[in-house]
Order: sequence, then C-alpha cells, then structure tokens
Amino acid sequence: MGFEKFGTVSFTSQTKVDEFVERLSQGKVSGTKCKKCDAAYFPPRADCCGCLSSDMDWFDVVGTGRLISYSTLSYAPTGFEEDLPYTAALVRFNDDIQVFGRLSKAIKSEDIALGMDLLVSPVKLPCDRISYEFVRP
Amino acid sequence: MSDVAIVGVGQSAFVRGYGGSIRELAFEAYREAMTETQLKPKDIGASIICSAPEYDKQRTPAGVLAEYLGLIPQPTFYLESVCSSSSMGVKVGYSLIKSGLHDVVLILGFQKMSEITSAESQERMGRGADIIWESPFGTMMPAYYAMHARAHFDKYGTTEEDLALIRVKAATYGQINEKAVYRKEVALDQVLSSDVVSTPLKRFDCCANADGSSCLILARQDRARDLTKKPIWILGLGAASAPVNMAGRDSLTGLKCAREAAKEAFEMARMGAQDVDVAEVHDCFTIAEMMAYEDLGFAKPGEGKYLIRDKETYKDGKIPINVDGGLLSKGHPIGATGGSQLRTVVLQLRGEAGKMQVKNPRIGLIHNIGGVGLYANITILGG
Repeated sequence: MGFEKFGTVSFTSQTKVDEFVERLSQGKVSGTKCKKCDAAYFPPRADCCGCLSSDMDWFDVVGTGRLISYSTLSYAPTGFEEDLPYTAALVRFNDDIQVFGRLSKAIKSEDIALGMDLLVSPVKLPCDRISYEFVRP
Repeated sequence: MSDVAIVGVGQSAFVRGYGGSIRELAFEAYREAMTETQLKPKDIGASIICSAPEYDKQRTPAGVLAEYLGLIPQPTFYLESVCSSSSMGVKVGYSLIKSGLHDVVLILGFQKMSEITSAESQERMGRGADIIWESPFGTMMPAYYAMHARAHFDKYGTTEEDLALIRVKAATYGQINEKAVYRKEVALDQVLSSDVVSTPLKRFDCCANADGSSCLILARQDRARDLTKKPIWILGLGAASAPVNMAGRDSLTGLKCAREAAKEAFEMARMGAQDVDVAEVHDCFTIAEMMAYEDLGFAKPGEGKYLIRDKETYKDGKIPINVDGGLLSKGHPIGATGGSQLRTVVLQLRGEAGKMQVKNPRIGLIHNIGGVGLYANITILGG
C-alpha cells in the first residue's frame, strides 16, 4: 500500500517510511527508533539526525496518552470540506512521544478536556484511504 | 550607534486587491525609501527581494524586480522565511555590510496575495505546515494558533475576552494608520460575537490577507551619516527556528523560537526587555500577540493578560505595542510584513510617526514570526 493513501487528502506519495501505511492497515500506529543511538521519532523518519545513521527499527505507539491541546475547525482547506467540523489535536504519550492528528467524532465536544486520556487508533476512510485518530480508552 | 544603520524606509498602502503588477507594487515602497535619501540606484550595492513563493506567478522575482527598480547590474537574490522573510533580509543585509562586501544594501519585501485565485489560495492553505504528517488531517494556520490559545487558556486562565481586547487595541490604531487595510473601530462585543474560525479563535482574532510592499535601505556607519540626519542603528539581531510539526514542540503556551531569538538579540544589544520603549510584534492572530508579550519578557509567562487588561500596551502605556494597528489592522502581505514592522519602529525612533507617535522612544524592538513559530526574527533598533 502506498503512502498516497494516508489521510483525507495526501500531498506527497513518496517517502522511505511508507511502511507506516502498511502498519496502519495492520492496526498499528508506528514511529521509528535509531538502532545505533536509540533516538525515537514520531512521526517516523528514515534517517537519524542525531548520529546520521539510517538503520532504523519500527516501534508502535501504545498505551494511554494525554491531550495537550485541540481546536475544532469551522473552515477547511480544499478537499476537506465534507469532513467539517473536525478537531485537530496534539496528544503526548510515554517517552515524550507526541502525536498530531484528529479526535474521533465519537467524542462529544462537551466531553473534551485538556489532560484527558486518549488512545491512538488506525481508522479506515472512504475510497480505500487510511489514517489514525484519537479515541477514548 | 552600531556599525550598520537604516537610512531609508518605505511602504505601499496595504490593500485587499492591488490593481497592478508585482513590479509596480514593489516600486511604491522603493520610491518612498529612495526619496528619503540622496541615493541613486547605482549606489545600492546589492538588493535582497523577500516574499513567499507560493503566491508568486513570476518565477524567480528577484531579477525581474531589480531590473524594474533600476538596480541592475548589481547582485540581487531572493530570500524566503515566509512571514518573517523581510526581517531575515535585514539580518542578511547587515551581514553583507558588516563583512565589508557592500556599503549600502536594499531589502524589498512584497506580496500580492491576490495574484492567485481564492480557490488556489484555499489549496495552498492546506500546505502551510508539514505536508507529510499534518496536512493530510486538514490543518490550517488558524487551527494551529487556536491550539496555542487553548493551551494558554488552560494553563494560565487567559480568556477569549483577553484576546478580543488585543483586537480592540489593534483597531484603535488601525484607524489612524493611513496605510492599513482595515481602518474601522472594532467593539469588544463585535470580536466576541464574530464567526468561529477554529475554536476558540473567531474571525476578528485573525488578520486579513493583503497586497503590499515594504522597503528598507541599510548603510555602513560612515555612509549612513551622509545619507540621513536621523540614522536608526541596528543594535541587536536574533533569529531562530523550531520543529514544523506540533509533535516536535515542548509546549504550546508560547513560541520557543521567539524566546531563543529574543535572547540572542538582547545579548547582542546588551540590554533587556525593560530597556525597550516601543515594539512591533507579529499579531497574525490575537493569541500570537499575547504569547509575544510573554516570550519577549514584557510580561512573565501567563501574565500577558494583565498588560492588555490594564492597557499597558496602548500608546500611553508602559510598553506601547503595535500602535500602528499591527497585522490585525494593517493586513499581512507575507513578504512585506517584517519590513513594514521595521518601518514603523524607524519612524517612531525618528519622531516621525505622526498620530501614532509615542513619547520620546530611544529603543525599539521588532518581533516577526514565520509560519506557526517555525521561524523567528527579533530586531532591536536605536536612535
């Protein structure tokens, strides 16, 4: 599966970490970790800017994260109009890994609070596309 | 006094739709800056042309504009750090002079945002951040700043009304700035009841797109004294960058790059926030001005709200900020914005700011941000 399937609209089709999309389809949201110096990256990277190695392993973002901030959009860029309204969010997981994405629409706006516990979970989109979203544990 | 001075400043009116080409738009700011000095085009050693390329139809505008302005065959080049492009131009211009390569350097910032259609503009908005890992979620600039606002509210108890007060102040001064795109009074209720763009930010928390140009002429110390009676000296320069993706940010209650750049600029100028008499900060959104109060040290973290509640950033307050209306009133023609902010501070330090003039300022500061805290440039000027 190619990277062009990631998200509502994808802006680029080529990256060396396109296995990210394959892993999403297997139910995993993953970052990369440098085998040489142990630096962990989310979003995943093909290259470590700490030690210049390109020898990376995948790791999965698991467990409960905490909502750092969010915003619900009333206007959208081209291609996202039908998704409105939707909520962009930043969630912090263990090991200082943070993930940017959207809150699940199953979470009501009155229930959103900074610091709330959230999991990250792959989600299938129309037209054979795939992404991830934050859901309640 | 320092080694490099600003000897000429100019700005076009900032408008919604400029009825001419980018060459003609650039010429408006250029003519105003050149007219302030006795310089002839051949006296300009090099020109730095600043804009955000995604709005330009013309490929490689630097050579095209330099020819139109009469600045060839001297070297010219294009410089981009989105909204902070022309402040970065000042840093590079300073270096060209300080290195001895040139005596006089011209920085021209421009943006004709109406050069592309609104549909094209909507499409570009989606590509304003990390196109691999953020844009596929449908992000836009207001949403990112809105996330900073939410985090600031939660940590410090700042309110939507505090942000609205910043817009009311901007409108107060936009009315007296003849070059501003938005020159109407704005009432607190009007801000609070305007359409929500991205919670908690509303339409009046956001600046407007505009077309415009700005021009600054820098000269080496010995030349500066011949060119103007009131050289304004570049005392401090700071620049920094930060991760584009929000996932790489330590905190959303301020902009780290602004704090880093401010530290560098204050160290170079050997002074601190308490020494600044007048400032221009990058208020692309009201929350951006609130964070600037704190990132620059005019208020402690979380206490920026008291500055605006007590009107301390008004013209007669402790530290007048954006008394030209800021981006919120002037409009934000990306590549021209930093140069416009510098121009305002130069006029203030010369005592030539007209109705906007604050009382006897000696030191001025400009805070110019590119992207959502992706780039920051802080410039400190003295009369």
